[in-house]
Amino acid sequence: MMPRYSIFSLLRNALSYHEDWPEAWRSPEPKPSYEVVIVGGGGHGLATAYYLAKEHGITDVAVIERGWLGGGNTGRNTTIVRSNYLWDESAALYEFALKIWEGLSQELNYNVMFSQRGVLNLAHNQHDLRELSRRINANRLNDVDSEFLTPAQVKRMVPLIDLRAGGRYPVLGATLQRRGGTGRHDALAWGYARGADARGVDIIQECAVDGFRIQNGRVAGVETAKGFIGADKVAIAVAGHSSVMASLAGFRLPVTSVPLQALVSEPVKPAIDTVIMSNAVHAYISQSDRGEFVIGAGADKYVGYGQRGSLPVSEETLTAVCELFPCLRRMRMMRQWGGIVDICPDASPIIGKTPVDGLYINCGWGTGGFKSTPGSGWVYAHTIAKDEPHELNAPFSLDRFRTGYLINEQGAAAVAH
Amino acid sequence: MLLIPCPYCGPRSEEEFSYGNEAHVPRPKEPEKLNDAEWAEFVFIRSNVKGVFLERWVHSHGCRRWFNVARDTVSYEILAVYETGAKPPKLEMRRAV
Repeated sequence: MMPRYSIFSLLRNALSYHEDWPEAWRSPEPKPSYEVVIVGGGGHGLATAYYLAKEHGITDVAVIERGWLGGGNTGRNTTIVRSNYLWDESAALYEFALKIWEGLSQELNYNVMFSQRGVLNLAHNQHDLRELSRRINANRLNDVDSEFLTPAQVKRMVPLIDLRAGGRYPVLGATLQRRGGTGRHDALAWGYARGADARGVDIIQECAVDGFRIQNGRVAGVETAKGFIGADKVAIAVAGHSSVMASLAGFRLPVTSVPLQALVSEPVKPAIDTVIMSNAVHAYISQSDRGEFVIGAGADKYVGYGQRGSLPVSEETLTAVCELFPCLRRMRMMRQWGGIVDICPDASPIIGKTPVDGLYINCGWGTGGFKSTPGSGWVYAHTIAKDEPHELNAPFSLDRFRTGYLINEQGAAAVAH
Repeated sequence: MLLIPCPYCGPRSEEEFSYGNEAHVPRPKEPEKLNDAEWAEFVFIRSNVKGVFLERWVHSHGCRRWFNVARDTVSYEILAVYETGAKPPKLEMRRAV
């Protein structure tokens, strides 16, 4: 049984200089076969394994990761959590995820450091204002909290912002989702890994999947760096590499993989205690607990699998940040990186069945996958266990590109990708 | 950052160009005969190759002409540039997993 983390275990382990903490999860060799094999050990894959075990009693599960846990997009995002999406289907799914976030640290007995510090979306012109008003109304109809802030209210929340008349990007107002905020990205993956492992899930790292065994249109297992692993059901959750996995399994996807960039500055004293996003100028910024400004930039416009981004993209974002926050102009950026995001034509995810029986796919989260991790894992686990989607993810099928029932959230990132 | 050799203007920074995604996706010859699945294939489905990818670019802030590029989407190396409508040059179409 997994030891619980608490103030008492912390004190007890302090006596032994914190050298005797047990490992948070095992690193077993793979068994010859499992009931369910999940390809991809990021947040979504690990959450899926956790909810398969917890909600559906399916514990004969392996999560196979080619690198290390959360080393892909889970560890590369800007940790923003919100649910103020426009369309009913998206609002339901992301709000479901946000509700899980609110109790997640308690549930996992692992501090995911979810901080509901609020998320602002700025309006810089009349069109932005109308668009954001529409979104506020749509959100409220879906029981998602959303409110309008005047420029004076924005200034009160974010004293650093430049609201002088004549600025390059005047701020005419903003939306605020108070229940939004940030979470700790690594902790999310580690918390789910620990919870899944405690329920018997095998987590196998440094083991690449390089093929699927398919017999009579039904999946039989995966070919990996550690040999063949049999499975009744296989679930793909590999974000940017979804097209690669799909082509190994013999079908094609409507996704484009591009690097999405982020940067962090040198650490400074607390100066921004909320999250500020600007749709039109493509910049979003928050401050981490270590004092670094975390800045989300755009995605490259061309297909790329290199986990870096191109310079013009970060330059454009930093220009906008300097205009909105002139006092940050002399900040130095410490790190810059990219994660490969898989973007669907309607900027909504695909969670459901594939043309291969027993093979499921969860992809297309594009630039918004982190916030949705708990909800995504929950509905994906339901889809795998029941062999049919939950009502929350039924609209997000691969088939919608044939039927035409797209869920167009191109403005969903709250920034223009 | 890419330095793209426009066949008409020579090497220029990627900022001068716009992207047209996958090349050689033929427009349906008899559109009225396509069913929904075939339309989805034409409109939405792309190869999204990890490896050598044949793609379309337009020199928006230059000669404004379209052309095709063969580029490795992992190393970002540009292997060939050729005119729209031309057959792709013979290349090793390597794929990464």
